[in-house]
Amino acid sequence: MKAALNALLCAALLLAGAMSGAAGPGAAGPVAPEAVKSYGPAEARRRLVVRSTTDLALFEPILLAFLARNPDIAFSYEQWSSNGLYLAASAACRAGAAQADLLISSSIDQQVKLANDGCARPHRSALTAGLPAEANWRDEVFGITREPAVIVYNRATIGPESAPRSRFDLIDLLRPEDSRFRGRVATYDIETSGLGYLFAFADSQQATTFGSLIEAFGRSGAIATCCSAEIIDGVAGGRYLIAYNVLGSYALARARENPDIVVVAPDDYTLVLSRAALIPKHAAAPDLAGALIDFLLSEEGRAALRTADLIVPTDGKAEPALRLPENPEASLRQIPLSPVLLVGLDQHKRRAFIARWRATFASRKTPRR
Amino acid sequence: MRPGPSIRFRLVVGIVLVLAVGGVAVALAALAYGRSAAQQSYDRLLVGAARQIARAISLRDGEVVVDLPVSAFELLSLAPRDRVVYGVFDETGRLITGYGSIAPPADGSAFFNGSFAGEPARFAHVTRPFAERAFTGSVSVVIGQTMQARRELARQITRNALIAVAIIGAVMAALAMLAVRAALRPLHRIERDFAARSSKDLTPVDLDVPQEISSLVRALNRFIARIDRQLQIMHRLIGDAAHQLRTPIAALRAQAELAADETDPERQRRIVGRIHERSKNLSRLADQLLSHALIIHRADSVDLQEIDLRRVATEAVAEADQWLDEAHLALRLDLPEAPMPCPGDELSLIEACKNLINNALGHGRPPITLRVRAENGMALLAVHDCGEGFPEEMWADAGSRFASSAGVSSRSAGLGLAIVSAVARAHRGELRIRRPAEGGFEVAIALPAGRESRP
Repeated sequence: MKAALNALLCAALLLAGAMSGAAGPGAAGPVAPEAVKSYGPAEARRRLVVRSTTDLALFEPILLAFLARNPDIAFSYEQWSSNGLYLAASAACRAGAAQADLLISSSIDQQVKLANDGCARPHRSALTAGLPAEANWRDEVFGITREPAVIVYNRATIGPESAPRSRFDLIDLLRPEDSRFRGRVATYDIETSGLGYLFAFADSQQATTFGSLIEAFGRSGAIATCCSAEIIDGVAGGRYLIAYNVLGSYALARARENPDIVVVAPDDYTLVLSRAALIPKHAAAPDLAGALIDFLLSEEGRAALRTADLIVPTDGKAEPALRLPENPEASLRQIPLSPVLLVGLDQHKRRAFIARWRATFASRKTPRR
Repeated sequence: MRPGPSIRFRLVVGIVLVLAVGGVAVALAALAYGRSAAQQSYDRLLVGAARQIARAISLRDGEVVVDLPVSAFELLSLAPRDRVVYGVFDETGRLITGYGSIAPPADGSAFFNGSFAGEPARFAHVTRPFAERAFTGSVSVVIGQTMQARRELARQITRNALIAVAIIGAVMAALAMLAVRAALRPLHRIERDFAARSSKDLTPVDLDVPQEISSLVRALNRFIARIDRQLQIMHRLIGDAAHQLRTPIAALRAQAELAADETDPERQRRIVGRIHERSKNLSRLADQLLSHALIIHRADSVDLQEIDLRRVATEAVAEADQWLDEAHLALRLDLPEAPMPCPGDELSLIEACKNLINNALGHGRPPITLRVRAENGMALLAVHDCGEGFPEEMWADAGSRFASSAGVSSRSAGLGLAIVSAVARAHRGELRIRRPAEGGFEVAIALPAGRESRP
């Protein structure tokens, strides 16, 4: 079984290569899970396989809450990179193979593409019907979290006088030739991080600020790197002064441990990501997957997601560590689940966008860990 | 009367059928219209998106570069639940960017149907020609979308149209019911008219009736008139019989009483002879009355057939032979060579003819001639004798009862001409009395001639 799975994954990788990255990323991510953990009774007749890009540690309490309500279900959670998850799911869809029962990814564009390409099966319930249009596409892709893209800085290194509140502030900070921020601003490397690409592409759609911003990044030698944890560690440790477009959920978790970390939802606009869940077309246990989706959308599930910072309140109950925009109503912009996301995945569009990005970052890009 | 389905029921069924057939036709039309309207609306979006993409194609270093516009996809997102597939192809059909699972149509048509990921989809195809130093040729943009939104819009349009049709249909049905009720009102008026009549009222229906039932009402009136006439005839017959029979029966009784009281056998025998003579006359009178009744009834009720008057004449003479022998008289028969057709009832005409002969025998002077001839498009059955006939002032009344006789003779009860006149009238003819130039007296039944003898 394991061998067959590996063979399939290899096939997926080859296929993805043969398609010359029709799905987007030129550099395929690892096609094996980064971590796997099983829960529930080993002798259970029903087994639910969840593939997710979310850190296992972050998601575990939620899974345990679900298991507490469904004690007869066995459960395995596989943590994947977003590209790996997409490529494996796409290959499984074409092969008609049942690999996972539920896919949860922060690369919502890839999730939408899976649904667009007929690789998802619909799930309808009172809870999915209650979702707003931007968080439910075709009853196939559901937005289950609410995580703002934030600016993170360290109170210890940046005084209140220069604390950035918006992208304009950031551009102003980076402008001076002898800025102390030179080489000390970090953001996702969009070539390796699906989420970084998604945010950057959304930025380019939102405002003309984006042009000035990457120009400022380029001039000031900003660092494009990988992974939320690494970037936030860098800010906490003083290696970076400012991190841009970091996922708020990770930042807030660190801010709670380290009161010096300040999390800013930019005033001009704040992108809000809703991780997308979908049930693959050939899922072996679609009913269990549907039950998990309904749990995630239920009051109890949402409370668990809030505890895990995967739903970040932006109203009166907001974390004190999160600095909200002055006018949250107008500034918070959820990236809707819709075929418009396919544009960013277009081969030419992506190539051109990355080329533009690379033109500013090429010389300063840090090697990938 | 067998109660059939009511007119209202028929009309309702008819109207419902018409509305149903119309409704189905309108529903089909609405469906077709809904489909084509939805098709057109979303086709426009599709081609709009395709043009935007085509507009975003440029050449960089001799290579075709597509800067896929977000706005094109936002346009397509107006069908919020539909999947999108697109591809940009060079002239040889090689994929430049997009989905390799589709291809530009071989015939270059602007729209075509296909499928995407197992779902039916509609495609638009736009080409953009390039004529640059580095690249000459055209680039095809194919963009497709699944059809959920189209189907939904078509359903909506159709549903709305059907709701409108249903409302209009219901209103029309209600109005039609009112119209039916109004149209049937004259029938109720006639019904009320009949219900309100006394049992003796046989006057015609005199109401304003619509054209459609005026012929029915006319037929009804004719029918009432016939019943009226027959009732009158019956009354007259009863009156006649009472009048004509009372006197001879009284006389007969008186004679019989006389005979019973008579002791002289010789005189008694004479009285019995008279009784015999009178009872013979009475029986003839009864015969005549019955034949009168029979003939008048027949004339009013039997359908006329095409007959030959010559046959009527010969039959009548044959039946009258007995009296002729009794009277020791001969009858001359004057018949034309050709048949003399006319519509009539043979039996009543023979009876009428016999009556004429009988009259001539009783009151006229021999020789008697029975003649059949044509005159001014009428066929005549005439009996001529050489006597004076009765006075001219009585001619006009000759057809009424008792006119020609005040009493009972040995052969006639005075009903003769009344019967003849009734038969002639029943044949839409008349009784003609004249004194011909050659002398004598002629009584004739003039009947409308049949087709063959008319010029």
